[in-house]
Amino acid sequence: MEFFWISIAGLCTVAILSFLYSDNPLYKVAEHFFVGIAAGYVVCAEFYNVFLPNLWRPLTSGSDYWLIIPLILGIALFTRFSDELGWISRWPMSVIIGTYSGLAVIGFASGDMVLQVQASLIPVFEPATISTFSSEPSVLNFLQIFRNPLFTLGLICVLFYFFFSVEHKGGLRHIATTGTTLLMIGFGAGYGYTVMTRIALLFDRFYFLFVEWLKIAA
Amino acid sequence: MANTTLQKLEKLDRRWVFLAMAIAVAAPLFFKLGLAPKTTPPVKAFYDYIEQLPPGSRVLCSFDYDPGSKAELNPMCVSVLRHIMLKGHKPVILTLWSTAPALIERNINEVCRDEFGKQYGVDYVYLGLKEGREAVMVAMGKSIRSTFPTDFYGTPLDNLPLMNGVENYSSFALLINVSAGYPGTKEYVQYVTSRFAIPMLSGSSAVSVPEYSAYFQSGQLRGLLTGITGAAEYEALIGKPGLAITAMDGQTMGHFVIIFFILFGNLIFFINRRSKGRA
Repeated sequence: MEFFWISIAGLCTVAILSFLYSDNPLYKVAEHFFVGIAAGYVVCAEFYNVFLPNLWRPLTSGSDYWLIIPLILGIALFTRFSDELGWISRWPMSVIIGTYSGLAVIGFASGDMVLQVQASLIPVFEPATISTFSSEPSVLNFLQIFRNPLFTLGLICVLFYFFFSVEHKGGLRHIATTGTTLLMIGFGAGYGYTVMTRIALLFDRFYFLFVEWLKIAA
Repeated sequence: MANTTLQKLEKLDRRWVFLAMAIAVAAPLFFKLGLAPKTTPPVKAFYDYIEQLPPGSRVLCSFDYDPGSKAELNPMCVSVLRHIMLKGHKPVILTLWSTAPALIERNINEVCRDEFGKQYGVDYVYLGLKEGREAVMVAMGKSIRSTFPTDFYGTPLDNLPLMNGVENYSSFALLINVSAGYPGTKEYVQYVTSRFAIPMLSGSSAVSVPEYSAYFQSGQLRGLLTGITGAAEYEALIGKPGLAITAMDGQTMGHFVIIFFILFGNLIFFINRRSKGRA
């Protein structure tokens, strides 16, 4: 029975990959299967993992009557489908937006912004890197000497690129151009990591097809 | 004649590129290259942090990923559990992603129960899924018991010896998050590490690395596993080679194909432009 379900998954994988050759009915069938099953799965998962344990069971068992408020707010969200009562849905939306805005501001300010700014304020030059290179000469230790100066220079150049109160011309243009160049290198590295992720996904599918399903590779 | 061939190559059907990529990525499944990954500082820091914990430390693991990111993060999840078991630590595992529970349960059973023969409730606990994203993270800082009244199988936490005395994050020596996105490492850093002062290690898909590297450099993360490469390095460090090391061969071959086609495409483009200019 297990082989049957693995075969279904294998056939669906082949059907989806067949789109790379050209659009075809097999791909469409697999695509519709995926959308339908994913939607159904999410609805069931949310119902059993969120609605029942977080709201319905505590409410019906009488352990927490305050949950009547989120229940009413939740039901109010469905008034969006009515032209006349649609305005009621703004109330629960305002609660959701307000709660998450508050959470986001606190999280970003205390956990991200302050600590990142603090971590950026490093000594421009670290004498310890020279002594490390003297005791253990290597390319990596040599490059470490330039780590802090490059970091500081890069930080200033990139920040300056986003500083629009002064026109970027003359000598200032070079600072902004250096900032742009560093940003491009950053975006390039980011894109490279994205490609890595996609190749890993492709390998995983081939592993599933050739090792777990067809068992023709070790 | 040569010009015609070059012009045809410039308009090469992209399906040949797909085919070349497919062969390159799949070939290592049949012919192993055995490329050994070199350990990078974030991975070494990740490994060292778990190594230096006293045996029997309680470790909170939040594995937040789905089947779409399984390729990169499942080997990571398995290796993290193996390392924790090898060192005799005691993981309490949870997830904030509704599509993750079955994936994680399989890994826990494979590693903790079958491979190491550990006892559920005494050596490891699986709390399962709790929806609520950041709200759950913050709520666990107040009380894990009220956030997760029962474990994944419906057993009250009071009946699980490992959960005796567990109140909030302060009951754990370490937080490990393997994350594919939101909610995940970024949210744990923002809402948990700075507020509840718990050290944190993270494993993430490669696409998130540029963002999370800043957290490692600032010390907000004590270690970082990055994509399948990080997972492969980590597998090599704990001495348990697995799927990630095998995947590195496919990854390397895939990169060679991409680099080849970038160079090839540019070369053909410039040759054609030059010959058009002359004409």
